[in-house]
This record gives sequence, structure tokens and C-alpha cells, in this order.
Amino acid sequence: MAVSLYALALVLILLATAAFIVYLVGQKKSIYRWAYRLLLAGFVFFTLFIAHEYYALGVAPVLTLKSSLSFFAWTILLVYLLFHLKFRLMVLGSFVAPLAACLLILSSALGAGDVTVKPLFRSLWLPVHIGTAFLGNGFLAVTFVAGIMYLLQESQIKKKRLGSLHARLPSLQTLDSINHYALISGFTFMTLGMITGSLYAQQALGSYWRWDPKEVCSLVAWFFYAVLLHERLTVGWRGRRAALLSILGFAVLVLAFAGANLWLSDYHSFRNMGGQPG
Amino acid sequence: MIRIVNIGMSHETAPVELRECLAKDPGHAERALSMMRDLACIKEGFFLSTCNRVEALFTTEQTEEAKSSVLALLSRLGGLPSESLSSSLFVHEDRGAVHHIFRVASSLDSMVIGEPQILGQIKEAYSRAVKEKTTGVILNRLLHRAFHTAKRVRTETGISDAAVSVSYAAVELAKKIFHDLKGKKVLLIGAGEMAELAARHLVSQGVSGITVANRTFEKAVGAAQTFKGRPVSFEEIGAQLLEVDIVIASTAAPGYVITRDQVKGSMRRRRNRPLFFIDIAVPRDVEPEVNDVENVYVYDIDDLKGIIQVNLSQREEEAVKAERIVEEEVLKFDQWLKTLEAVPTIVSLKDKAETIRQAELKKSLSSLGTLSPAQLKTLETLTLSITEKILNDPILFLKQKADRPSGKTYLDTARRLFGLDRENGEEVEYGSQQNDRESEKEH
Repeated sequence: MAVSLYALALVLILLATAAFIVYLVGQKKSIYRWAYRLLLAGFVFFTLFIAHEYYALGVAPVLTLKSSLSFFAWTILLVYLLFHLKFRLMVLGSFVAPLAACLLILSSALGAGDVTVKPLFRSLWLPVHIGTAFLGNGFLAVTFVAGIMYLLQESQIKKKRLGSLHARLPSLQTLDSINHYALISGFTFMTLGMITGSLYAQQALGSYWRWDPKEVCSLVAWFFYAVLLHERLTVGWRGRRAALLSILGFAVLVLAFAGANLWLSDYHSFRNMGGQPG
Repeated sequence: MIRIVNIGMSHETAPVELRECLAKDPGHAERALSMMRDLACIKEGFFLSTCNRVEALFTTEQTEEAKSSVLALLSRLGGLPSESLSSSLFVHEDRGAVHHIFRVASSLDSMVIGEPQILGQIKEAYSRAVKEKTTGVILNRLLHRAFHTAKRVRTETGISDAAVSVSYAAVELAKKIFHDLKGKKVLLIGAGEMAELAARHLVSQGVSGITVANRTFEKAVGAAQTFKGRPVSFEEIGAQLLEVDIVIASTAAPGYVITRDQVKGSMRRRRNRPLFFIDIAVPRDVEPEVNDVENVYVYDIDDLKGIIQVNLSQREEEAVKAERIVEEEVLKFDQWLKTLEAVPTIVSLKDKAETIRQAELKKSLSSLGTLSPAQLKTLETLTLSITEKILNDPILFLKQKADRPSGKTYLDTARRLFGLDRENGEEVEYGSQQNDRESEKEH
């Protein structure tokens, strides 16, 4: 059943992505409505799949690169849907859906392998740590997407070459406020993720902080976002600079996520989690 | 046979002096309509008069007579000899007339393609004609289809999407920067027609306050009054740059009024809130390098004209799509017009069946004795459904064939087959009136 749920979710989300891209090109509202419905349906099946995995495995399904990539995609979609409720911005889906779809394709291309769950992970701290940290990642992924959209729109206005993208993309103000909200929420959840992580470590391993490469990378990313948020709120780092730094910050975050988990890490590495190496 | 004819002049066929002559009197449209109503050869009439066109649209059975009467009408309206008019007039007939009026309503025949006013003007002219009771089945339908076509063109093509005037293009740009202009503040430096037009557009978008700066303070006070704004002196511009979001500059100053350093300095104190300069002045008021400052956007008159040029060529591309929609709608209207020809036959067919039914029912009832109300009702239903069911297929057939070339033959055959022309003319006349009422219900 898990396999068919996953396949169904994957197909629906890929179809939604295609429809979102068609909408971006053709600007037909009916296409957009279908894209949104497909994405919503895909998200529902995706949620069921993750719930099923959780139930079957007994712990949060994030112990392999495969499953954590797909969980990442799920949080991005969740954040997109939340933002959709607030901004009702149709074109955002055309940029977010491809990102989620890429992660999903990457995830489904990886082999599943067997997972032996170490007793370390049989703790309620794991889903809390993972849930908050990934939700933070999801929000920060939206700042990344909004940042790209901002730079595209801004350069068209600045260079006075108003192409077809200019008409399709929302106003700079809208993109900047998406960036603003996503940054605040993303940073909050990221902080919560780090706090719960260190509490978890204290309980499971006996110390709050172990200078694990993943922890160091995350801390770097956290400082980066802390500075960005601080400057934004006090000095007014908005617009182009905020967009650029959001893109850069997300790159650091991805590095922390993938690099540290795959090659550098100690106990954050998938190899040591009992899952297959990526 | 009824024909639709359209006679008129537009910006393409007649110079403005001539169009003015026809439209000089404010009540001329009503006068034209009542004159058309008085003409016996004209069945239905509609009169459109805007600054770019004067047109009469009518239906008639005596085409040539009606055309010369309308020409006489126009020459009387303009106080000009009809010979001097006729060279500037266009005449469209039947499908051509339908096509023309659909194109006009869709703003494809306008001076600026895609401009939205024309549809409102046609609607106004139509309600005038309805008030004067000069339109009937055909023109009512025709104009409603014209509105429908215009709506389709507007929603299905991008013909009126992009701005084609400098001030409107500036407002569109401001919206792409600030999203919502409500509560935004505007600084107007210098005065001028185009700058004031842009300011007026911005006010209609809900900007909260306009500040006016001018070298001569009295002028600033005067301009500020028209926008209910606040006048400031020229020296206060620097301070204003910290407050406002949009600056419209149009002074006659030979040098730059706004410099890069000045803007760069104020951006820090503005906490980087975006600033949009619309520089309509020639020579320019805003140093071009101001555009390099982060979150500052400068558009001068040439930039705005460049945008308009692109938009205009886009409109022309969209116009091709719009022409296809017009063609489609003309075809549909044509089909409807042809089914109209079948209506009198269908009505007299129904009338004949009903007369026979009533007569036969009367005869039978006298020999049946007293019947209960339920029995009477059954008998009524029985006879009705027999006649209806027998006539159903012939009527459907006639309606389907009406818009084919062979339609006339079928109508003729049907009339002979059912002996419809043997009845007196009065009943046929009655039938066509009923048909008018039926067709009007469709709207």
C-alpha cells in the first residue's frame, strides 16, 4: 500500500508541476485551478504515505537520504499551501512545485535499502526535532524561491526590459513580503529545531553539543539567517539584497543538509543511522 | 427580405472637421433616431456618434431607398450637401454590417486598438435607441451579440492588457513595484500636462497624499489645490525624498534636479524602502545614475515611450486573435438570422394545427355529452400531444435547414405541403408578431 500511495502522490505532484509550468507560459486560469487541485490531492496522498511510513517504521521516516529528501519535499509543499492561504499568489506554485518535484524525483531515484532502527531513534524527541528543523527548511526554501522570483522581476524593471515574465511575476512588494514572512517563520522553526536537537542529544548521548559537522554547518547557516533577519528588521535590508542573501543562505543550508549528512557527519550521517548510504 | 445596412464615417474615412459638423448639436443622436423612426422604409434603427465615428445602423426591405434616405438624414444633421458627404462615407451590408459593428464594439476599429471606451459608448447609444423605441428583434440581438463579442475579445485576448499611454504605463510600473498604491505618497516636481495626468491616474489608484514642489511657490500652491495636496518649496525636495514613494519630475530646469548622491544618502534613512522616479522632463530632471542605487527605479520619458511601443505591437498581435473571434461571432449571428426566416412558417404551421385541433375538439365534444372535468382535461391533453408530436419533427427539420442554402426550398415545400398560404394574410401577420415577442424573450 505504501508503494502505491507514494506512486500516486508522485504522479499527482509531477502532473501538478507540469500544469503549473503550462500555467506560467499560457496564463490560463483554468489550468492553474487544475494545477492547484492536483497538487492538493498529491499532498494529501503524500501525507498519508508519510503517516503510513511513520506507523510501519515506528519512528519518523527520515533515517535515509531517500526518506529525508521526500520529507523535505513534503514540508516545502506544506509551506507553499500555507502561503497560498495568505497571499493567494498563483504564480508562486509555478516556482515552488518544480523545486518539490525535483527533490521527489531525486528521492525516488535513490534505492530504498533496509533500515534497522537503532534504539537511539525510538524517542519522541526525534519527530519533534525533525519536524521543527524540516519545517524551518521548508520556509527557508520558500525564501529561496521568492528570492529568485524577486531577482528576475527586479532585473527586468531595473534594466527596463519588460519581457513576458514581467507581466507574469507578482510585484516586488509582494515578493519581498513573502520573503519577510518566510524568513521570520523559517528562522523561528530552525531555532526550535536546533534547541530540540540539543535537548535530544543531551538526553540520548549525554551532551548538548558535540561539534558534529552537521551541527557546525547548521550553526553557520543559523548565524547567517540571524544576521539577515536582524539587518532586515533594523537597518532595512530589503529588496534585492534580502533576495540575494536568501538564495545564498539556502545554499549554505543545503550544504549543511546534504554535505554534512553524506560525507562529513558523525551521528547525523545516514550511514550511521542504519540506513543505506546515499 | 430584411437586410442590415450600416452607413457612417470614422476616423479612417472622414477628417475631424466633417465628423464635428455631424455631431455639433448635443441632442443630435436623439434627433437622428427620431428621423429614422419616421422613415417608412426603415424597420429598425440605431445611431452611434463618438468623437471618432458617426454611424447609422438599420434594417430595411427597400435597401436603395433606405440608403438614400439615411444619406439625406446625415446631410440634414450636418447641414451639408449630401454630395460632399458621400465621398467620406462607408456602407456595409448584411454580413459586412454585422462584421463592422462587432469590430467596432471590440475596439478593433478604434484609433488606439483595444481602447476600452468604445464599448461603453455603444452601450449608451443602444440604451438611447431602446428609449426611443427604434430597435427591434434583429438589432436588439445584433447589439447584444456585439457586446458579447467585445467581452470575449477582452477576456480571451490580451488586446487591452498593456498600457499604451505614458501616464498609464507609469502607473502600471508603480503597481509592479509597490503592488498596492493605497497609502503611497507622491511628490510632484514641476508642472505640466503629462505630469498632472500621471498624478491624476495615481490618485485614482488610491495614493494617499500628493506633495507639489515648484520653483515658484505660487504655482506649487495652485497645482496642490487641484489635487488637494500640499505645496512645498523647491528646497524641501531633499527632505521629501525621505517621505514619498513615487516622484514625478517635469520641470523645465536645464540641469538635474535630483542627483545620485542625494538619493543614495536618503535611501539609508528611508531604510531602503523602494523609490520610484517618473521623469517626464526634457531635458531630464533625474540623473540617470540614480537608477543604479539599490531599490531605486528611474524611468524617463523615452523608457516609458519604449514600453508603450512594445505594448502597441503586442496589441496588434492580439488583434489577429480578436479578428478570429469576431469572425466566429459573425457566423453565429448569421445562422441565427437565417433561422429567423423559418419562424413565420413554423408559427403558421403551429397555428394551423391548433385551429384544426380546436375545431375538431368542439365537434366531438357536442356528441360526447357531459364529461367530468377530469375527462375534459384528458381529452385536451390527448389532442394537444398528438398535434405537437406530429409537428415536432417537421419543425426541427425546418430550423436545422434554415441556415443552409437549400433552406428556402424546404420552407417553400413545407408551406405547400401543409397548405399554409391558403390561409388569409392576417393570420400570417399575427404569427410574425408573436415571433417577435418570442425572440425578444431570449435576451
